[in-house]
Amino acid sequence: MSADKNLLSKLAVGDKHGEDSPYFDGWKAYDNNPFHPDHNPQGVIQMGLAENQLCSDLIKEWIKANPQASICTAEGIDGFSDIAVFQDYHGLKQFRQAIAAFMERARGGRVKFEEERVVMSGGATGANETLMFCLADRGDAFLVPTPYYAAFDRDLSWRTGVRLIPVECNSSNNFQVTKQALESAYLNAQETGIKIKGLILANPSNPLGTSLNKETLQTLMDFINDKQIHLVCDEIYAATVFAEPGFISVAEMIQEMDHVNRDLIHIVYSLSKDMGLPGFRVGVVYSYNDAVVTCARRMSSFGLVSSQTQSFLAAMLSDKIFVDNFLKEVSKRVAKRHLVFTEGLKEMGVSCLASNAGLFVLMDLRQMLRDQTFESEMSLWRIIINKVKINISPGSSFHCSEPGWFRVCFANMDEDTLQIALQRMKSFVVRDKENKNCNNKKRKSFQENLKLSFSSKMYDDHVRSPRLMSPHSPLVRT
Amino acid sequence: MKQLSTKVTSNGHGQDSSYFLGWEEYEKNPYDEIKNPNGMIQMGLAENQLCFDLIESWLAKNPDAASLKRNGQSIFRELALFQDYHGMPEFKKAMAEFMEEIRGNRVTFDPKKIVLAAGSTSANETLMFCLAEPGDAFLLPTPYYPGFDRDLKWRTGAEIVPIHCSSSNGFQITEAALQQAYQQAHKLDLKVKGVLVTNPSNPLGTALTRRELNLLVDFITSKNIHLISDEIYSGTMFGFEQFISVMDVLKDKKLENTEVSKRVHVVYSLSKDLGLPGFRVGAIYSNDEMIVSAATKMSSFGLVSSQTQYLLSALLSDKKFTSQYLEENQKRLKSRQKQLVSGLESAGITCLRSNAGLFCWVDMRHLLDTNTFEAELDLWKKIVYNVKLNISPGSSCHCTEPGWFRVCFANMSEDTLDLALKRLKTFVESTDCGRMISRSSHERLKSLRKKTVSNWVFRVSWSDRVPDER
Repeated sequence: MSADKNLLSKLAVGDKHGEDSPYFDGWKAYDNNPFHPDHNPQGVIQMGLAENQLCSDLIKEWIKANPQASICTAEGIDGFSDIAVFQDYHGLKQFRQAIAAFMERARGGRVKFEEERVVMSGGATGANETLMFCLADRGDAFLVPTPYYAAFDRDLSWRTGVRLIPVECNSSNNFQVTKQALESAYLNAQETGIKIKGLILANPSNPLGTSLNKETLQTLMDFINDKQIHLVCDEIYAATVFAEPGFISVAEMIQEMDHVNRDLIHIVYSLSKDMGLPGFRVGVVYSYNDAVVTCARRMSSFGLVSSQTQSFLAAMLSDKIFVDNFLKEVSKRVAKRHLVFTEGLKEMGVSCLASNAGLFVLMDLRQMLRDQTFESEMSLWRIIINKVKINISPGSSFHCSEPGWFRVCFANMDEDTLQIALQRMKSFVVRDKENKNCNNKKRKSFQENLKLSFSSKMYDDHVRSPRLMSPHSPLVRT
Repeated sequence: MKQLSTKVTSNGHGQDSSYFLGWEEYEKNPYDEIKNPNGMIQMGLAENQLCFDLIESWLAKNPDAASLKRNGQSIFRELALFQDYHGMPEFKKAMAEFMEEIRGNRVTFDPKKIVLAAGSTSANETLMFCLAEPGDAFLLPTPYYPGFDRDLKWRTGAEIVPIHCSSSNGFQITEAALQQAYQQAHKLDLKVKGVLVTNPSNPLGTALTRRELNLLVDFITSKNIHLISDEIYSGTMFGFEQFISVMDVLKDKKLENTEVSKRVHVVYSLSKDLGLPGFRVGAIYSNDEMIVSAATKMSSFGLVSSQTQYLLSALLSDKKFTSQYLEENQKRLKSRQKQLVSGLESAGITCLRSNAGLFCWVDMRHLLDTNTFEAELDLWKKIVYNVKLNISPGSSCHCTEPGWFRVCFANMSEDTLDLALKRLKTFVESTDCGRMISRSSHERLKSLRKKTVSNWVFRVSWSDRVPDER
């Protein structure tokens, strides 16, 4: 039972949280029937969740070797009461220092981060929303290149009232954002009276899995500087970069591009992807603008990091040997998984957008669409979820301008499960090809045998019917 | 800077208030028994530091919870990945049961109606987002927690209209005051969406009486608006009265599962009762499915760390621990409050009689040069800079009468409290007023005591001391 809807806010009764989108539907399909190698081998394999499960062994080892890092163990309990009362929104100094140091190491030591600018937030989710509250008023807009992370609609717009204006990118140049696209989106917005406050993007990109090259970064920075609008770089996948051109942070670009107004530059960071700790809710707002730092810090009261977690991470991330080894391993293991998965797909004739980062790939299934429409993309997606039993994310949920692209995550399962997923994909792809060939042949033969008798026609119809498919058909098995 | 939002450029964060300025002064010169014995003593922070030893000894006896293990097996990985905004079921169950225990198990809380948040700061803001449009208003009795200006209004655009309460009746909420606030909102062209109360009250340190609670429920029923009851101090009740929650009243009025009950929401937190503000554990409890659903999604912006959820679900599931803790907590708070009250009395200062909370509402009207807020601020500055005590002036809590101050007692050792009281006594005796007091101290204290007794009698006659109530 719910009270009269008029008694609640529009936020509460509306659907602008965006969670009715297919991005989340796939999760529901998984939740209802989750794969388990022993208990539920026919269940849905979750490949829609960009989690990093590749390096938890390293963290576990560190925890075992460092019981004093926890305020709850015999070795660490002396710190319990001080930490338990600590709610200063500046955060523990040693935590801020450790985060700044970790961010520096994740950028190969090529930049320096000041711990006084590290502001906590409730994950990157909280960080992104906080920055919107600081940089824009209700009704203002931010440009965002497509395709983009599905939950940005909720995180950036829902409670803030900030609009998102897509900057369309397409596969003709591997979805790279161009000056032309930016200028065009900006101009259109201006002409319709929309006030653009900034540009936000993820680098490395979700869902593309690519990191920006220097040239593109220069283009972006010149663009925002020219318009004197903000640039928010969500760098939460920084440490997952495993190949050229390597990770170039906007922090590095600032060092080179003196003429760019630093007050416009803001970074979002988190430990959820690089370290695989989404449960610990560690988000960071790092701004070069003092007023934004002050305001974001006040707002961090709405999503501080648990002091228990701050204290633990301060110890772990101050361990330089651990951090350097960890970062090296993340990159290595992500690279290996990426290779296994993309090679596996290649063998069955499925290609992906060339990528060098992230915990996923953008798979190209345009050839498998009935026609190049989003309706076809949705149909294909439903088959993959319900028949192939893999949860992947359709490009439309990322506002991709072209149908047929799907984001598939590969770092949130063990290798065996990944192989099973590949096998299922293979069966599906092969069957799809067979169906297409079969349909083509039938079309030809039907056309050739238009003079056939009535009984022959019925036979043809029966052959097309699933009921009479060969008992060895993969479709029957699935 | 027009490039930034109005939230940055305005001072809607409310942090220019004296409430926060006092904290800043403390940060510059904090008291330390050994390193800085002349430093400022922090009495402006409502923290509960009295029972850590109990939690620490529990941790020592429960190594599994302490080291992220379950039945000896590490569950680190599971915790590291757990980001489900529905929260850990075992944690919500433990929270529900803890809330029931605090209310003498007279009412039940359904874990499915709990939404976790990053502290009650986040819980209150989230409820505002769910209940109010920008420009809508909530009525709040004064004096109220200074942080509400930020938590309820800043990013939500909601407004607060005060329900004026006065010392003439111990700052209790009256029907007249409620109606007057409602009318005032209308005059200001603001749509009233509900009433928010803190029970027990911050800064008063008193629990709402049954009469007041009945009045509130009747009021929101007739106006068809919401009632938010921020009950974060519910476990700090140390008087001989029992804590009465708004949930008790709904039950007694047989309003459970009615349309009215959908408009009553409770906010809770472990920051005050358990003294764990650093862990950021808040909760919203609502009977309205739509609110639970929307608030759950919004909790994405401030989830409770899984590490913390796991630890606390083990702690709160240990019923032997929770019952021992609640009893001991009460005892220690009571004794500390007594120490403060009697120390203040010996300096000729009285407080509103309190039965809960981590602070007293102290009457220093007789120390003001004039009955004005300027005089209150002058006095406050003297106490902060000369006496080196950070206390919170009533004006920062939107009190309508100058001269009242909130003084915290549970965030320091007994010795530090003693020292603070000595400093205050010295200060009072050194002022003109103090000299007057020492001259006619006997007469003055007698009359002050009479006033105290009559305040006490007044409050008691309105509260639960009716034979048929428990």
